[in-house]
Amino acid sequence: MANGMIYLMLKLEEIEKLAKLARLEIPAEEKETLRKEVGEILEYLGQIQKLSPKEPPKEAGLVRNVFRDDREPHPSGEFTEALLANAPDKEDGYIKVKKIL
Amino acid sequence: MIDLKTLTIRKAHEHLKKGDFSARELAENYLAEIEKKNPELNAYLEVFGDVLEQAGAADEKIKNGGGGVLLGIPFATKDNILIKGRRAGAASKILEGYVATYDATVIKKLKEAGAIFLGRANMDEFAMGSSTENSSYGVTKNPHDETRVAGGSSGGSAAAVAADLALAALGSDTGGSIRQPASFCGLVGLKPTYGAVSRFGLMAMGSSLDQIGPLAKTVGDAEIIFNAIRGQDSMDSTTISEKTYSVENLPKKFVIGVPRDFLGEGVDKKVLENFEAGLKKLQQTGAEIRDIELPNIKYSLPVYYIIMPAEISSNLARFDGVKFGAKISGANLLEDYMKTRGQLFGKEACRRIIIGTYVLSAGYYDAYYNRAVAVRKLIADDFKKVFASGVHAIATPTTPSPAFKIGEKTSDPLQMYLADIFTVTANITGLPAISIPSGFAASVDKQLPLGFQLQAPRAREDILFEIGKKFEKI
Repeated sequence: MANGMIYLMLKLEEIEKLAKLARLEIPAEEKETLRKEVGEILEYLGQIQKLSPKEPPKEAGLVRNVFRDDREPHPSGEFTEALLANAPDKEDGYIKVKKIL
Repeated sequence: MIDLKTLTIRKAHEHLKKGDFSARELAENYLAEIEKKNPELNAYLEVFGDVLEQAGAADEKIKNGGGGVLLGIPFATKDNILIKGRRAGAASKILEGYVATYDATVIKKLKEAGAIFLGRANMDEFAMGSSTENSSYGVTKNPHDETRVAGGSSGGSAAAVAADLALAALGSDTGGSIRQPASFCGLVGLKPTYGAVSRFGLMAMGSSLDQIGPLAKTVGDAEIIFNAIRGQDSMDSTTISEKTYSVENLPKKFVIGVPRDFLGEGVDKKVLENFEAGLKKLQQTGAEIRDIELPNIKYSLPVYYIIMPAEISSNLARFDGVKFGAKISGANLLEDYMKTRGQLFGKEACRRIIIGTYVLSAGYYDAYYNRAVAVRKLIADDFKKVFASGVHAIATPTTPSPAFKIGEKTSDPLQMYLADIFTVTANITGLPAISIPSGFAASVDKQLPLGFQLQAPRAREDILFEIGKKFEKI
């Protein structure tokens, strides 16, 4: 069965790859537990694949503008201090991060 | 001493108006109970230092003859709802130190109504869980039996109201997180129609599923709170207006549908007996009970546990140690992200982010996420058909068992997920749903509360309140 195969096929390397994509550093001793748990859960979730392969048409939804009018901007800097107060690293009114390049 | 046990919002309002007690005295009574019981129950993560000042301001307004029914009413609010200037953390280490910079729309509305905020209620981290055992700050115990969970994820909100540590509470419900703890603690819990209540200022979990709603002692109280917090909001584009769905008058005779095929496997015998007794009660009120079929409802749980983690993996990307909360520093920016997220997210958050990343990844996207979206539509259509056939509300138990023991399901995440079997459908379909106390199941030496769930068509909370009030009276 397809979902059973997916379960068996979920390798440690896959967990590592997913964790890297999701920017999660998983401690080595937790990887095996995670592989087993995620494998079991995915096997359970796989049951929806048993449903008739004929997929119902997806609803596109009514297209309507959900954005509010871009008016009455708040004074520049009004929230800067409060927002910056929450940042772990900051300098001269900016959020500070390590260099990217 | 004020008799908090029998107090409701309506009654408290009458007493405040008549001057039988002041908002300050009421708040003092709740603070005293919190001091006595919270160390054991762990319902609150923080009790605010300015409660009596808030109450004093309410008393001023009462003296001047102003204010509505929520003026001076003490609330607990879930830790994922922002109140300007106060800590908010979704019970996660990654938000350690975070202070909200604005009021959630629901908070703004409650403030305008004069409600008192007692403190931040405990929850499963980022609302992921059914027991509050995933909180980074310890489990919340069930006031009816302290060896058992209060439910989750709004377990702190539920325990606070059930133990008289607040008169009412706000929770959030992504797959049952208001209704399940309400059921476990003997309260009324309402998950409104998708879009009925603004989520501006609620930390997002599953954006196509999340709703804020009340936990209260009576259906009437839940209705008061719902009416205070509902409404279209320019800050949440998913909110609906009163015209979005057509609403007819309440029927003279209610038809209640029961999906019999869905009620067998894995449901506690005491729960089923209690459910049948609940149906009999409804018959006594003159309602017709009709067997219905929802052929695809059995796929609700897998659909939910694919769509929800997919949305989580996206929504939780914002917690990266840069903009807010705590940070663990590494050798470079990538390591900052990896360490901060890996070490500060709890196990369940990591598990769901991984599952979400998997079901959205190339190669599995069609087999999982796309398929789940398609099946979600089939399930919603099943409900639509049933309502179109003349059924006004659909009844199920709220949970397959009463409150379980602390630690009973922590080593088996899948077993924990199965506790959501009856509640996730309302989130998948966007329907409003309510859990109403329906009696107790006897355990060895304790009486454990049970809940009766009703789901109605979109925007028909009025049907839930009407049937709920009749149900309560019998």
